Amino acid sequence: MTGDTPDGDLLLRARGLTKTFGDFTAVDGVDFAVRRGEAFGFLGPNGAGKSSTMRMIGAVSPPSGGELRIFGLDPSTDGPRIRARLGVVPQQDQLDQELTVEENLWVYGRYFGLSRSQVRERAVELLEFAQLTERAKDKVEPLSGGMKRRLTIARSLISAPELLLLDEPTTGLDPQARHLLWDRLFRLKRQGVTLILTTHYMDEAEQLCDRLVVMDHGRIVAEGSPRQLIEQHSTREVLELRFDTDDHAEYAGKVAGVGERVEVLPDRLLVYAHDGDAAAAEVHSRGIEPLSSLVRRSTLEDVFLHLTGRTLVD
Amino acid sequence: MSSTTAPLAVRVSRLLPVPAGAGMARMLVERNVRSYKHGWIALVTGFLEPVLYLFSLGVGIGALVQTVTTDSGEVPYAAFVAPALLATSAMNGAVYDSTFNVFWKLRYAKLYDAVLATPLGPRDVAVGEIAWSLIRGALYSALFLLVATLAGTVTSWWALLALPAAVFIGFAFAAVGMFVTTYMKSWADFEWVNLAIQPMFLFSATFFPLETYPPTVQWLVQLTPLYHGVALERALMLGQVDAGIWWHVGYLVALGVVGLIGTGRRLEKLLLT
Repeated sequence: MTGDTPDGDLLLRARGLTKTFGDFTAVDGVDFAVRRGEAFGFLGPNGAGKSSTMRMIGAVSPPSGGELRIFGLDPSTDGPRIRARLGVVPQQDQLDQELTVEENLWVYGRYFGLSRSQVRERAVELLEFAQLTERAKDKVEPLSGGMKRRLTIARSLISAPELLLLDEPTTGLDPQARHLLWDRLFRLKRQGVTLILTTHYMDEAEQLCDRLVVMDHGRIVAEGSPRQLIEQHSTREVLELRFDTDDHAEYAGKVAGVGERVEVLPDRLLVYAHDGDAAAAEVHSRGIEPLSSLVRRSTLEDVFLHLTGRTLVD
Repeated sequence: MSSTTAPLAVRVSRLLPVPAGAGMARMLVERNVRSYKHGWIALVTGFLEPVLYLFSLGVGIGALVQTVTTDSGEVPYAAFVAPALLATSAMNGAVYDSTFNVFWKLRYAKLYDAVLATPLGPRDVAVGEIAWSLIRGALYSALFLLVATLAGTVTSWWALLALPAAVFIGFAFAAVGMFVTTYMKSWADFEWVNLAIQPMFLFSATFFPLETYPPTVQWLVQLTPLYHGVALERALMLGQVDAGIWWHVGYLVALGVVGLIGTGRRLEKLLLT
């Protein structure tokens, strides 16, 4: 946890942070802290309050309550100074459609007060980084989704930010484009850039985050490293069983006691056990015959399911 | 729902009319200049309309009407109409950008969302866009002034001040145009812009003197911003300058300032929630 970390190391701290829109409470009193150089994630389903939290961190949405400090500064009074040190990759790309790829970088750098020669110099490096050098003179519109996303990330880096905010960075991308993007984010992390990202993909959270919080209904329901979360809230392995039935609940009783606990999903049963193969053997010895059985390691999805009773992507 | 109270300093700053900014509005102007390098044809077409009116009405009807009686004597009809069309040029240039283009950027391109993630604040966006719009208006006015001079309708050295005067007209229309645009929900709402611009163009003492109207209508006409733009430009280009022009300048500046602050507040409300 973060409470015992010296303050000088903290890039960001939130206490009782709240965001309301009329009667609706989007973020309901959350506490978290992010250290310099860390990759920190908000994991949760749509509507959990991740984006609202990110907008408050980005100093474009005033908190309704609680305390928020970014670089030790208060976003409600020091917005411009905070934003000058942030890079933001929003959920929708918001690239400037009227400009070319390289102009997007130049113009964005100018918004940060960089000189014309500075932005030109950096744009060359960033286009290389985003693998877009050949498309530098093209308009933005014909680029693929993955290219636009990479350009958005390159654009967010033009000011050499200390902290990069990524709101669902790979949502809507094909697997190849996602892996390329993850690789770029790893490189940034190695360079010492602090990353804060939201995602509803557990594999993304596992790949990228040193530490994460699980959000649901505007609250934080768990916090830790991916490994810690799995250890605390799930078993080492999971046995997935499919039966020839419309209602898997009727089989839940039959496998009761095989593992530590059983979750019923619409299309399968999840048996949580330390040793998945042993659990499979136990099921077989009880004379229960599933259509298929599969042993896998626990993931953050299981953690989330256990904590909220729901799957992440719904 | 948790009830929350912002710190006193924040609540006080929210009462102040000036929206937050980082003093970097010029960066947005620079962005617009760069954008127009790709689509300069859009700039040219907007300038043509007043020029066409100058030659069709000013010169054409001028052949029938000959002269118009003003406060200080008879002037040729073309010379009477030219200042009004110069004011219209400033209005057109300012309104094109501050309405259609701003609406596109605000609702579809999400340009301001991206800009507000940088140090720039809503005031910078308002100042930058309104400045760009008034520059476009001033550019149209400059071109028009050149055409009008070549056509021989400019007779006074006071006409040199017609261009700075056009900046005030551009400012007023750009600021009010952008403010109104922040309330628009769909492209259909732009019919209201046309509904405001067209009658103003026709009846702001543009093609005939204010005295032509009955007194009540005169009073109504004098409320519209284009009337003040036309009266200001006419005084300068005909060399009939008196202290009354400050009243017109004051009206235009006041309208511009109100529109500018209103725009910043609206952007804050729309984008920084």
